[in-house]
Amino acid sequence: MTYSYELPPTPSHTVGPFFGYALPFPEGGDLAPAHHPDTLTLRGRVLDGAGDPVPDAFVEIWQPGPDGSRTGAPGSMRRDPVTGQGAGRNGVDFTGFGRISTDADGQWAVHTLPPGGVPYVCLAVFARGLMHHLHTRAYLADDPADALLSSLPEQRRATLIAEPVPGAHRTYRFDIRLQGEGETVFLETA
Amino acid sequence: MSALPPDLSQSGIDAEVAKAQASATTEHHPPRDFPPYRSSALRHPKHPPIPLRDPEAVELSGPAFGTTDIGPLDQDLTRHHTGEPLGERITVAGHVLDRRGRPVRRQLVELWQANAAGRYAHQRDQHPAPLDPNFTGFGRCLTDDEGRYSFTTIRPGAYPWRNHTNAWRPAHIHFSLFGEAFTQRLVTQMYFPGDPLFPFDPILQAVTEQSARDRLVATYDHDLSVPEWSLGYRWDIVLDGPAATWFEDEEEGHR
Ligand SMILES: [Fe+2]
Repeated sequence: MTYSYELPPTPSHTVGPFFGYALPFPEGGDLAPAHHPDTLTLRGRVLDGAGDPVPDAFVEIWQPGPDGSRTGAPGSMRRDPVTGQGAGRNGVDFTGFGRISTDADGQWAVHTLPPGGVPYVCLAVFARGLMHHLHTRAYLADDPADALLSSLPEQRRATLIAEPVPGAHRTYRFDIRLQGEGETVFLETA
Repeated sequence: MSALPPDLSQSGIDAEVAKAQASATTEHHPPRDFPPYRSSALRHPKHPPIPLRDPEAVELSGPAFGTTDIGPLDQDLTRHHTGEPLGERITVAGHVLDRRGRPVRRQLVELWQANAAGRYAHQRDQHPAPLDPNFTGFGRCLTDDEGRYSFTTIRPGAYPWRNHTNAWRPAHIHFSLFGEAFTQRLVTQMYFPGDPLFPFDPILQAVTEQSARDRLVATYDHDLSVPEWSLGYRWDIVLDGPAATWFEDEEEGHR
């Protein structure tokens, strides 16, 4: 495929250490309407090249709705027009988008609905020290026919498969390793 | 080869920057591995990224935002408290475009920054410059149908950081942008023209081409200045990466 690029892009920069009072928003990881029976939990850590947790990162998720729709919906970051503060989601619409800061242990978690039509959700990770964010995918099921998975050697492909957590209801673990042993497969999107 | 202790002087960092720039292979975006920016050492992948070639990839679509996501004062960072913040009031405005020059319509722009003294409203920022009770430093808006955005804020101060001895960040505003597709996502920083700190900053210098660094610097625009009110800075933003509609265009082109 060829694109007829014309304008040079604005270069990327790190988010730095001080995004925490600005970018996170209430219910950022709660994509699923409250108490929805199909809700699944996707959780993991962001780890650096020494295997240490990255406490100053955030993860964004983008995915189709359960019906396969890829249009998303407004309302991920709703504002209360009275107070000007974050109001949380409306509890009804599925926006397909979420943003979660890692905690002091590098942990993040989202509660969402199964993506329609594809076995994966899209993730992007941003951190201090990372000059250009990284895209990856969490596959909720292995799919031998998937174009991306089938292009990868076995060991690397395993980094994209979210592992069901034994004994936890509809819960999957997906660690993001920025560097080193078990380094997550990241995607080139430009 | 004996390991020398790392040289943390500015001249040592400058030499590292020159070396890293000379060997850089990326054209527009900074390499994720940029040794003079110390925090990148353990946070960059060693494997090259895998190209995404699937025209059905979900990444070619992206989230939607609307008026419900924006508060009435979000665009004016000087009105988030009861009093006026200290510092030089500025208007920052421009267009958000894709690489084909098409406006990015009705998409979210977020911005955050230090106050006029160079201090963030963040507990971990321990720079001994004053906090401003009338300034938090976070705003957001939606682009209009021509891809335009606009903010009223305060010109931020430069601030020290601990990358090396006497490390100072040039004054900058952090920006976060969404396009039509998740592949077009961008987080970056805007700088002010003529800042003497540019050559000393390993974060700006991680963008290895001068022409690319120039695209991160706003232009003073007298027509954007508001009489008796604020000074105007214009900064246009071009999002990288394709969207699903690009593939549709391609297909039509082949018909
Ligand atoms: Fe900053």
